[in-house]
Amino acid sequence: MIVQLTVNGEDRHAEVAGWESLLWVLREQLGLTGTKGACEQGECGSCSVILDGEVVCSCLVMAADADGADVTTVEGLGTPEDLHPVQEAFVAEGAVQCGYCTPGLVVAAAHLLETNRRPEPDQIREALSGNLCRCTGYGAVLRAIEAAREAM
Amino acid sequence: MEYVRPKALGEALDALAAFDDPTPLAGGTDLMVEVNLNHRRPDVVVSLRSLDELRRWDDTWIGAGVTFARLEGADDPALAQLARTVGSPQIRAAATLGGNLGTASPAADSLPFLAAADAHVVLKSTAGERRLRWDEFFVGPKQTVRRPDELIVGVELPSRPERQAFAKVGVRQAMVISMVSCCVLRDPSGPTRVALGSVGPTVLRATDAEEVASQAARLTDTDLDEFQRRVSAEVRPITDHRSTAEYRRHAAGVVARRALERCLR
Repeated sequence: MIVQLTVNGEDRHAEVAGWESLLWVLREQLGLTGTKGACEQGECGSCSVILDGEVVCSCLVMAADADGADVTTVEGLGTPEDLHPVQEAFVAEGAVQCGYCTPGLVVAAAHLLETNRRPEPDQIREALSGNLCRCTGYGAVLRAIEAAREAM
Repeated sequence: MEYVRPKALGEALDALAAFDDPTPLAGGTDLMVEVNLNHRRPDVVVSLRSLDELRRWDDTWIGAGVTFARLEGADDPALAQLARTVGSPQIRAAATLGGNLGTASPAADSLPFLAAADAHVVLKSTAGERRLRWDEFFVGPKQTVRRPDELIVGVELPSRPERQAFAKVGVRQAMVISMVSCCVLRDPSGPTRVALGSVGPTVLRATDAEEVASQAARLTDTDLDEFQRRVSAEVRPITDHRSTAEYRRHAAGVVARRALERCLR
């Protein structure tokens, strides 16, 4: 079947059997490899995208069920020349070690700051509780999001 | 794979009746794990995404399509508390109460609340409606009496006391499947209900423990000790990759007592 999506503001379509995940469509069909796949069980958050206004694990969205949806991936937040404030802050704070969890963290953080302009530290931690970093880099991540909050 | 996305409840029931072994899809947070791990490849998926009828929610009714993200804002303290412990924000944005009921994991976080509240599960099909009390609906680990042509449309909640508490034990705060979960509902004059998850093949009520807690408006330390002892005696845990039966039995008594103490404050 053909799945029609709006991805980062552009109309896109993909041919799928149906049961594949949105993550697979984004990476393998649409070439948007910023969104990462790791656990494929919804535990790690590295595949986080914004789907119709909510942050979800794209590995747990059936591609067929995303037909007609609006998707924002990490590629849609900013450009290399014009970074999103969260991306800017991650760079400035050095909030990256191996970098694999970073796109998911950036998407979750950007969505948090769009829906809650003044999140408290506890709310930031809660919003990131579904994004695992196994290099244990959360300290710099939290500082980056607080810096982005001030910049936005 | 055949994929259908009905626009209305009646259409969904027709679809469930028309196909052999259809798979209903709500948030996908259980189904897609199985699909991704190649444990399951559904032939027919009936998507519930467009069914606004399933998202209705008021004091006596929770539609099957209500997400845990919405339930975080519940007026029932125990319901809000349990919703906050489900998965992560990403999971709660997608996962629904109906999915929790349909998957029927013994560890499902919503079930202790529904069992303590004596909720009824409402199933619909083209053949009609069935209204089943929680203990008629769940029959074993990941087993319910739902027929393939039936859809879980929601749960009916009888009136329940305002003093409520939910607690669970796991290895960390977020993204954790409980080793023991517990909900206590208590009327200030005494009557108390306690339900526990992850400590038996299905969610269960500790009725002997309820008896000792229900006897008085004021409970002594001796009563609480006896309550805790009875909860530990009544649960039926097993040892698996998440915990041991021995630990679960002990922890069940401890968390149930803490939840009751919170209701007494």
